Amino acid sequence: MSRQANRGTESKKMSSELFTLTYGALVTQLCKDYENDEDVNKQLDKMGYNIGVRLIEDFLARSNVGKCHDFRETADVIAKVAFKMYLGITPSITNWSPAGDEFSLILENNPLVDFVELPDNHSSLIYSNLLCGVLRGALEMVQMAVEAKFVQDTLKGDGVTEIRMRFIRRIEDNLPVGEE
Amino acid sequence: MYGMLFSIRSFVSKMSPLDMKDGFLAFQTSRYKLHYYETPTGIKVVMNTDLGVGPIRDVLHHIYSALYVELVVKNPLCPLGQTVQSELFRSRLDSYIRSLPFFSARAG
Repeated sequence: MSRQANRGTESKKMSSELFTLTYGALVTQLCKDYENDEDVNKQLDKMGYNIGVRLIEDFLARSNVGKCHDFRETADVIAKVAFKMYLGITPSITNWSPAGDEFSLILENNPLVDFVELPDNHSSLIYSNLLCGVLRGALEMVQMAVEAKFVQDTLKGDGVTEIRMRFIRRIEDNLPVGEE
Repeated sequence: MYGMLFSIRSFVSKMSPLDMKDGFLAFQTSRYKLHYYETPTGIKVVMNTDLGVGPIRDVLHHIYSALYVELVVKNPLCPLGQTVQSELFRSRLDSYIRSLPFFSARAG
């Protein structure tokens, strides 16, 4: 596979319709392959996780953001830098739990679901579940175990799309087995 | 080498009286200088040079962002967490190092 050496500085524009249609084709195919919605949700989460573990490296390389000191800083970076960089939207951060370990990301519009309507026989499908996997995978690579899930979805009739993020624990740096 | 770098890094973070910005940057002996760059994801870029070389944090960052991320992370066929097999990565890295101002062909 040949690549050009100086691609880093050009901005690579792609049609957002192509992106939305590609994602839609992916979800449709998964629905055909796995007949029930729960399995599709799991697969989307798994795929998102695999994307997330690599995407975080690209994010760090391009954004020059350093290590976050607490979960609030992490939330800010996710909403204002990461979502902006990859999806072109800036969700708002609300509903902090009193302990500061849970917050919500409110997406006014979600580029993955442009032109999409959920049919009645797929009412428990979490269409954008890939995003939850991406968040989980990316944060795991920076030593944070989190849980991300959709609590509101415009596809299901809610006014906004809301992702609830919960901090589980910090993943400690472990020396590889065999090193003292 | 990982054990040594891990120990130096945790030593530096414990010794620092203020909030650490960059942490462990480099150490030198009478023979060589070891430069270190670590990302929040734990990827470490280490380069050994002779004593005449100053801070090269931007060089190490370039190796991470323009070489490792572009050629290894973004290639779905390259598994992460193992020795990089990619020939393209190896050759690009080699030409980049050779193009650095402090690289001397004599030694290489």
